[in-house]
Amino acid sequence: MRSHDETMMLQTPFHSRVAKACELNQWDEWKGYTTPAAYTEVEQEYFAVRNSTGVFDLSPMTKYRITGADAELYLNKVMTRDVRKLNPDRVGYTIWCNDAGQVMDDGTLFNFGENNYRLCSYTRVMDWLQWSAMGFDVEIIDETADFGALAVQGPTSCAVLKAMGFKGIEKLKPFGISHFPFEDAEVMISRTGFTGDLGYELWVEPPKAITLWDRLFDAGSNLGIRAIGGNALEMVRIEAGFLQAGVDFVPAEETVRIGRSRSPFELGLGWLVDFDKGVFNGRQALLKEKREGSRYAFVFLDVEGNKPAEHSFILKGNKEIGTVTSAAWCPTAKSNIAFAQIESKYANSGENLTAEIYYQTELKWTRLLAKCHVIDSPVFSSPKRRQTPAPDF
Amino acid sequence: MTNARYDVVIVGAGHNGLICAAYLAKAGRKVLVLERNEQVGGAAVTHEFSDGFRVSSCAQWLYQFNPNIRAELKLDQYGYELAAENLSTIALSADSNHLTLSSAELNGASVTESDKKAYQLFIKQMLKFSGILAKASERRIPKLLEANWGDRFALFKLGLEMKLLGKEDMQDLLRIALINIYDVLQENFDNDLLKAALSLDATLGTHMGPRSPNTVFSFLHRRLGEVFGFNGVSVVKGGMSTLSQALANAATANGVEIRTAMPVSRINSTADEVTGVTLANGEVVEASTVVSNADPKTTFKSLLGFQKLETGIIRRVSNIRMQGNVAKLHLALDSLPQFDGLDENQSGQRLIIVSTMDAMERAFNSAKYGEYSAQPVMDISIPTLHDKTLAPEGKHVLSALVQYAPYKLAQDWGSVKEDYAQLLVERIDEFAPGIEEQILSWELLTPVDLEREFHLTGGHWHHGEISLDQIMMTRPFPGATQYAMPLTGLYLCGAGAHPGGGVMGLAGKNSAQEILRSNRSKTNLAGKKENVA
Ligand SMILES: Cc1cc2nc3c(=O)[nH]c(=O)nc-3n(C[C@H](O)[C@H](O)[C@H](O)COP(=O)(O)OP(=O)(O)OC[C@H]3O[C@@H](n4cnc5c(N)ncnc54)[C@H](O)[C@@H]3O)c2cc1C
Repeated sequence: MRSHDETMMLQTPFHSRVAKACELNQWDEWKGYTTPAAYTEVEQEYFAVRNSTGVFDLSPMTKYRITGADAELYLNKVMTRDVRKLNPDRVGYTIWCNDAGQVMDDGTLFNFGENNYRLCSYTRVMDWLQWSAMGFDVEIIDETADFGALAVQGPTSCAVLKAMGFKGIEKLKPFGISHFPFEDAEVMISRTGFTGDLGYELWVEPPKAITLWDRLFDAGSNLGIRAIGGNALEMVRIEAGFLQAGVDFVPAEETVRIGRSRSPFELGLGWLVDFDKGVFNGRQALLKEKREGSRYAFVFLDVEGNKPAEHSFILKGNKEIGTVTSAAWCPTAKSNIAFAQIESKYANSGENLTAEIYYQTELKWTRLLAKCHVIDSPVFSSPKRRQTPAPDF
Repeated sequence: MTNARYDVVIVGAGHNGLICAAYLAKAGRKVLVLERNEQVGGAAVTHEFSDGFRVSSCAQWLYQFNPNIRAELKLDQYGYELAAENLSTIALSADSNHLTLSSAELNGASVTESDKKAYQLFIKQMLKFSGILAKASERRIPKLLEANWGDRFALFKLGLEMKLLGKEDMQDLLRIALINIYDVLQENFDNDLLKAALSLDATLGTHMGPRSPNTVFSFLHRRLGEVFGFNGVSVVKGGMSTLSQALANAATANGVEIRTAMPVSRINSTADEVTGVTLANGEVVEASTVVSNADPKTTFKSLLGFQKLETGIIRRVSNIRMQGNVAKLHLALDSLPQFDGLDENQSGQRLIIVSTMDAMERAFNSAKYGEYSAQPVMDISIPTLHDKTLAPEGKHVLSALVQYAPYKLAQDWGSVKEDYAQLLVERIDEFAPGIEEQILSWELLTPVDLEREFHLTGGHWHHGEISLDQIMMTRPFPGATQYAMPLTGLYLCGAGAHPGGGVMGLAGKNSAQEILRSNRSKTNLAGKKENVA
């Protein structure tokens, strides 16, 4: 494949199939890759994920392979959580910080056992990973282009994979990893995803990508399978309460202005910070923040009405106390949800606030003051997400 | 067996480590100093380089040792003694038209009246500028970010002191601070030798040529001594070890325990604080405060270990520029060398071989590309003219700081050492004909030797370049000023900390003051307050 300095846009290993399915011809850019915003109709794609199976090409996701005698020790310093507690053949959600205790990115960490890990991230962080590696015996390889990946998500996703012949896939536990022979190679399947429902991610070497796609869609033809683009994924991840780097926070090392980055505590990710494990990047700053308190808090807001509170100011009385980073009308939960960063003292469950929403119809702008309140948890969470063996429907 | 326990452990008995120890002990702390080498003093020591011939191993001139430290630690009672004071600098000229530079005036057959006048004005102005630097050197430097009121006040004072210079001087300082000594000297003087002589003080001990940025700052740093009352360089009786021994005596008299030939292999720490040190012999010493006199790279990379540090710090430490360029040549001489045009008294002054600024810049060019220059710059001392104890009766020692001898030489230094020594001797021979025949034996210490023997990373004079990005609030690296380091209880006290190197002592003293302010050293590891008188 050509590298990104030889071509404007890279293509994923599934591109020929993706392009064919992308009837709307609506494309986005994702870390140098061309990636579909929507294939047919966003609503249909959304309902495929919620009612049957949606397939999302996540090949552009940055992937690093981290190996070497000190790999675990090393990752334990880079990540805020205790990596030693992540067992082999398990995946962990993780974040990492700079020395100022500000979140650089979130991602997933795959433990393949014996000091062999894969880190998937939104940002490209090779530079940081290499600096952090000084003093450790580790090797870090960017394997972004070495694997194609498809997220297969939704209530029928397990049935689809079973129909494909992945025997025993229903036994795979949430965040588990399993390997299956595929053609004369293998597919790695992890029970992970970004949708809050039952779902899997399939990892394959590029030469097998097209076959994987074809067989997947064959197997799913009676199970409501449908390719989904970035726009539908955006809806489901907001419904499920997942943060998006670059949207809900600016990766710390990419911020230019002082004060624009956020700490784990300010993003509601304090549960990923483990002070019991020794030195890690951001530790000193985070200890200080813990002692002295955080500036902001991340909250889910249930907003009155059905106008998404995109980019809204959040008010307490007349006082501006924060802003919305992500917002969507969530069809399944039938609620109007916003992620907001507000001054920490207002982050109390049930706190009544106001969203100052601006929207435009036929060139006319309207300002809407919508009541909203802080809710404790995301509005969508399917019990199927945790069931093992995974249900068929 | 239970581990030994102290309030403070200091790694390294360089002059700064000893000073820090003495002040801490004076304030009632129980202090242990651990030195890797056989003798105390670090780069301020004397050694016998040939049978019966002794010389100051690294530092040979005393020109900025802080007088308050001398008084407060009563060093005169503990053996501090100078063999000569306030020596002039003589820039040697091939045609014997030497120039003599003193604090007060400039002399020489070839200098014009206008240069003489310009010299006095220039020295006066530089003294003013160094005065501001001196004030900033005698105290802890404010932090830029997260400043508390004390820091803000200190910053304000620094600004005020600059303002008090008067409008013209302040504008001048702001203008020249960021250009280079070459341009500044071109603006002020005509005489090439004079310009070269002054630019030596701006570049000696650095990885910079006269045209490098930051050279004005390093010139002002060198001139701190004039603010402290030095009028030229001094020679310590018995070599630099006498000073270091006096410091060690003062420290021990205050209760400090010093152990030499005791390399520390590790500074021990939990995730958040230091707990003591482990010696190379396996012994563990516990202390809630550990002070490192070793350079920052040694401290963070070897003693703490990068595994124990957050990545941002690792990046900053790795980026500290510290490439030494100074070699040290020691000659044991059968008799006093005869420099053309110099009498015996003059031969005892500071003799420098510099030619022109352009030649020096070219010499630096070589160093940039990993070569030593065929046109070395030298700073020569004949200590035996002031101190007969250093050599057998009638014999002499010549000691020279030689620049540019890059730490990172393309070849192996070992394989070219003799050639280089020969080249240096031939260079001196141009000014002191016949010296070659007077040599009984010689020693050349390259930056690589200095690193090995004195444990200075890169063989660097200042434990890290003295330049605007690595001074004051950004010394040794941004975010780690005020002597206190990222782990609670860890401090730096050596040349790598503000205000930098040279046998000055302020890094050690300031560090002690900072440690006393923090109060932690009063607390033992169990968290109990100990009684301090
Ligand atoms: C060649 C040369 C010539 C110089 N000439 C002059 C001059 O003429 N005039 C002048 O004023 N300055 C001169 N300088 C600069 C001056 O000598 C230094 O800046 C100064 O001595 C530094 O003092 P310090 O106490 O900060 O550190 P050092 O003197 O470097 O002391 C550090 C001490 O720590 C010890 N140490 C390191 N690691 C360990 C360990 N693991 N365990 C135990 N101990 C350890 C070292 O052995 C050393 O004793 C010269 C420097 C050089 C290299």
